[in-house]
Amino acid sequence: MSNDKEKTEYVSYLEHQGKYKGIFSWIFTMDHKRIGLLYLYAIVALFFVGAIMGLLMRIELIAPGETIMKPQTYNGIFTVHGIIMIFMVVIPGLSVVFGNFFLPILIGAKDVAFPKLNRFSWWIYIAGCILAVASQFMKDGPPDTGWSFYAPYSTSTGTNVIMATFAAFVLGFSSILTGLNFIVTIHQLRAPGMKFFNMPLFSWAIYATAWTQLLATPIVGITLLMLIAERLFGIGFFNPDLGGDPVLFEHLFWIYSHPAVYIMILPALGIITEIIPTFCQKKIYGYKAIALSSLAIAGVGFLVWGHHMFTSGMSNQARWFFSLLTFLVAVPSAIKVFNWLATMYKGSIDMKPPFLYALAFIFLFTIGGTTGLLLGSIATNVQVHDTSFVVAHFHYIIFGGMGFAFFGAIHYWLPKMYGRMYNMRIATIAWGIIFVGFNLLYFPQFIIGMQGMPRRYFDYLPQFQTGQVISTIGGFILIIGTVIMVYNLIKGARSGEPAPANPWHGSTLEWQIPSPPSLENFDEALAIKSNPYDYE
Amino acid sequence: MSGKKMHVEAHRDDEGAKLGMWLFIFTELLLFGGLFLVYSVFRAKYPTNFHEGSLELSVTIGAINTVALLFSSMTIAMALSAIQKNNPKLSMLLIAVTLLMACVFLFNKYIEWGVKFEHGLYPGSGLMSRLDHGDLLFFSLYFFMTGLHALHIIVGIVLLAICFFKIKNGSLHSQKYVHLENGALYWHLVDLIWIFLFPLLYLIA
Amino acid sequence: MANNVSHITEYKVLGKVFLVLLFLTFLTITVTSFELAAFSVTVALLIAGVKGFMILTYFMHLKYESLLLRILVALIFVLYALVVLITFIDYAYR
Repeated sequence: MSNDKEKTEYVSYLEHQGKYKGIFSWIFTMDHKRIGLLYLYAIVALFFVGAIMGLLMRIELIAPGETIMKPQTYNGIFTVHGIIMIFMVVIPGLSVVFGNFFLPILIGAKDVAFPKLNRFSWWIYIAGCILAVASQFMKDGPPDTGWSFYAPYSTSTGTNVIMATFAAFVLGFSSILTGLNFIVTIHQLRAPGMKFFNMPLFSWAIYATAWTQLLATPIVGITLLMLIAERLFGIGFFNPDLGGDPVLFEHLFWIYSHPAVYIMILPALGIITEIIPTFCQKKIYGYKAIALSSLAIAGVGFLVWGHHMFTSGMSNQARWFFSLLTFLVAVPSAIKVFNWLATMYKGSIDMKPPFLYALAFIFLFTIGGTTGLLLGSIATNVQVHDTSFVVAHFHYIIFGGMGFAFFGAIHYWLPKMYGRMYNMRIATIAWGIIFVGFNLLYFPQFIIGMQGMPRRYFDYLPQFQTGQVISTIGGFILIIGTVIMVYNLIKGARSGEPAPANPWHGSTLEWQIPSPPSLENFDEALAIKSNPYDYE
Repeated sequence: MSGKKMHVEAHRDDEGAKLGMWLFIFTELLLFGGLFLVYSVFRAKYPTNFHEGSLELSVTIGAINTVALLFSSMTIAMALSAIQKNNPKLSMLLIAVTLLMACVFLFNKYIEWGVKFEHGLYPGSGLMSRLDHGDLLFFSLYFFMTGLHALHIIVGIVLLAICFFKIKNGSLHSQKYVHLENGALYWHLVDLIWIFLFPLLYLIA
Repeated sequence: MANNVSHITEYKVLGKVFLVLLFLTFLTITVTSFELAAFSVTVALLIAGVKGFMILTYFMHLKYESLLLRILVALIFVLYALVVLITFIDYAYR
């Protein structure tokens, strides 16, 4: 790559002219960076679709009784909100957007191991999205099972479950192929001289995530196929009337869907681990502990699925066993939080928007994590199971964790991706609005959940109204903040100030190359540091 | 120029391709693993029905199919050795034998399923819904597991047929055989799964 | 191409492995035809395990693959065994 005789002329990947022109140069692209951007646009669009559904639910819940929709519509909307947000936004989210764009760059590679397969995963991702969205408009009406498709209701409801489950199956296939691609990329394509323990920690997080995607998704794949066969032929696996066992469905479903939580959160943890040392200008504290804790989370996270089922009639032995393991999985997560705090200690902290998002992440993730421990202990779980306490908990993890990490990542890497800078002041204001809106939206749900407000209910007792109203107001504030943020980012990406190659004085490889990167990322030889976070 | 061009040219990494195939095999193992889990839960719940159910299946056909698959697994492994030793003719012959065995397997499966269908025993049939719970679950599992396995056989046939034609037109040879290597790995996987399906469905009575 | 250093398995070895697999198939049919109840399940699965091991080792060339891959394959089976075991903590005590 680095011969002086044939010095490559720098052309950014955004302007590079390939075999195809115009829109086809995107649809048929095999460039990991362009594919990353395509995922980004799809995911942002789907996020807003899901968010508007969430807002509709909030408006419905502003007062007891029917406000703007019928109960069956409400059931459809919370199901579709869940399917879109879980399967299309947060599970792929960080790993397909930032994993695709930055994983090869961070390890000094030109692309992922199988660029064609990468393009194929993107195509079937879109196919899955189309199927899922289409299932909402078919004649039987949108599925009303909740995103978890619990049997036996999902085997008997008249709504369009088959198409939605098939969509989830297709999306899962895309997820498997992406995971496979990333694992091979990390094993085979690291730059010469870069060992596993010289990789930036985001790559470690993506590595652990990819294994989880690869190994957990087939289980839900086969489960969804069985569910479809159950509906088509009445094979009876999950139907107690035919001798089947609905709890078995829950087991199989959560064998995937609990690790799926780590598919969502592990890349988020990885991104925070990239942002913090850059904005503290300090070497990350405890590199190996953070790297290995990613693997530990992925490993132990595989074995704790039963804590979603404490009230479904499992044996007591299984309940305490799952509870114990759940407490164990908190340990590696806490290791990361302590290491981040230790990195900040005596660092020269620069309060730029990406760092603000990282701080918000730590705050919200800690709340989400500790309430997760409450849910992980059987006695409290039985009290608050299926209440809005659970809703608040997982939104703190998924939105407060994964969502804020996503926002942080886009603020961190946008200058690299587009070669332009956004307006810092507006970004900071938007961050403030989002942070306030988020807490107003979800914190009251902890309280009313404790008091007994069930989740997925269209109606409620008047005593919960104060909490619901605050929550709805928070929802509006949150969406306003998000719109401002996205507007600012789009404006920055299109017409912001040109960004230098290394605006944050970062030390990892992506900051050593021009913004935006050239087609092949590295036109010159690169120097591999033994510790990627070396600020000498 | 060379820097820009290189991206378009296929970058070749056989080791990576093989690792990718192994990772895919892991997902297939877990896919069937989910089914085996369902099987073991219901077997524990309805031991007698599963006992009687497996008596209904023909051990002879199952055994013939097992031997066919084992034999095909050997021939495809030999086909790989042949191409490595630069003997494309022999390799093609061995792939053809493998494909023949695969067809024998599918034909037997067709006969086996056909008899069941004639008796009105198939998923969704009236007879199925009148069966005992345990029997229903056994036969549902039987159809689901062997059906999914047969689907994998068909995919394997397609993959190996592609390899056959690649050898024929010379794009797969003793210096470049990773496609056949991966196709063979996939075929062994299909065999591996059958090795567990056979005793669990046909034998344990 | 530096990639082509793969081990070539001799036809004779493959043939022998096939004969062993054939014998094990015969054995498993014979053993399970006796009414040994729970014992026959164990034996059948044990034999299937041996057969699977032989296919992985010789037909799938795992014997000549990198240590990393062999460890990974082993870990997959361990992971699956753990998942089954944990599920049965529920079903065994229900």
